[in-house]
Amino acid sequence: MSNVRVLVGTRKGAFILTADGKREKWDVSGPHFAGWEIYHMKGSTVDPNRIYASQTSGWFGQIIQRSDDGGKTWFQPGTPADEPATTPEGMPKGESNKFVYDTSDETGKPLTTHQFYDGTPHPWEFKRVWHLEPSLDDPDTVLAGIEDAALFRSTDGGQTWAELPGLRGHGTGSQWQPGAGGMCLHTILLDPANPERIIVAISAAGAFRSDDSGATWKPINQGLHSLYIPNATAEVGHCVHHIAAHPSNGNVLFMQKHWDVMRSDDAGDSWHEISGNLPTDFGFVIDVHAHEPETIYVVPIKSDGEHFPPDGKLRVYRSRTGGNEWEALTTGLPQNNCYVNVLRDAMAVDSLDSCGIYFGTTGGQVYGSADAGDTWAPIVRDLPPVLSVEVQTLK
Amino acid sequence: MIVVVLPAHLRSLAGVTDDVQLDVDGPVTRHSILDALEARYPMLRGTIRDHVAGQRRPLLRFFACGEDVTHEPADAPLPQSIASGTEPFYIIGAIAGG
Repeated sequence: MSNVRVLVGTRKGAFILTADGKREKWDVSGPHFAGWEIYHMKGSTVDPNRIYASQTSGWFGQIIQRSDDGGKTWFQPGTPADEPATTPEGMPKGESNKFVYDTSDETGKPLTTHQFYDGTPHPWEFKRVWHLEPSLDDPDTVLAGIEDAALFRSTDGGQTWAELPGLRGHGTGSQWQPGAGGMCLHTILLDPANPERIIVAISAAGAFRSDDSGATWKPINQGLHSLYIPNATAEVGHCVHHIAAHPSNGNVLFMQKHWDVMRSDDAGDSWHEISGNLPTDFGFVIDVHAHEPETIYVVPIKSDGEHFPPDGKLRVYRSRTGGNEWEALTTGLPQNNCYVNVLRDAMAVDSLDSCGIYFGTTGGQVYGSADAGDTWAPIVRDLPPVLSVEVQTLK
Repeated sequence: MIVVVLPAHLRSLAGVTDDVQLDVDGPVTRHSILDALEARYPMLRGTIRDHVAGQRRPLLRFFACGEDVTHEPADAPLPQSIASGTEPFYIIGAIAGG
């Protein structure tokens, strides 16, 4: 019997929701790290009991937490799992993780500047980890997307981190600027069929691709059209909200941009719009059905100024045609007076035979569907605002 | 023995429930107190000051004997009552909420 484990990051802690394959009865554990912002949690596909968490605070900075037992216990990497988690005096001895931009002559790039909101040069300043992406073949290797935008990698289970400076330093970095949420690297895609490929997205710079394990990068924003920037078709400057791909075909990418839902069939070399009949093509999340590579999901949000569903109706839209033709999925979702948002990393799919879809809202609800979106039910209703949702399918 | 009052979030991160007591070698300054604090509680590294530059995180302030010493030099001696543990050294986070 398979189980699912839903990892929920919120403004005030982490929650773990578990159920058997029927996905009807749920156990809820948490809050873990109560009071801290949990931007993201994600488990390793190689070792599902290995989960990484980004614990962060505007006051106290960044902590990386790790669990080696499926979220039951946590520690700050730096203490090997087979050693006591405390010093002889009984003190926790994990290390806060250090994210330092690589400016060394040997391996790094000069720090230089990016653009601030007003267009003036602004130095890179580490703020937090937005997204953690464990390697597909090594539980001790994990990528971190950070604010101010850069990509870091740990190969020792999160204990130490090194920047992949080729991204920040490839040439367009001085033109990047923050979106309203900060200048964050929020999306990291790995391709099972192409281990050297990494695709990332940055607000508000755009999408970038490396085909050599992160050593060199290029912008992949051709075809994006953004009316909110001075040059609508600029090489960089687009506010990409999220990108998703099906693991069976890493060349096909689906993007929810600030406005516009987009598709690429050539790993981002070119994009075309697939918003079709959506009621609005603004939104944050986008995801792909686990078994149907042309079935995709978005949650339309009214506008950039009104971050809530159109008409007060929370609707997931599904396209079974890879875009352009969309159907509203409403059964079980509130259809009046609903004014929550669904943030960019707050949707995920499980890989059970009947694909499960999950998303969390800024109102603290986590909704689940065990039938690919046909019907929905709240798993929890009253969590703190949800920042991220990931799912593990446990055999 | 120096007494340090931590914000609640840092107490939970350090696994303590009350003020912490520290031995500080040499002159008692903000710098030496934070060095001792981070040596005793390594998980607090980076939460009060930057890992590399040692720069104070913007939303934190330091108080000693009712005085704001946030902007005093990090190596300036603190009052004797801090050094003796009679008065605590406060690390305080900006108030959030309204």
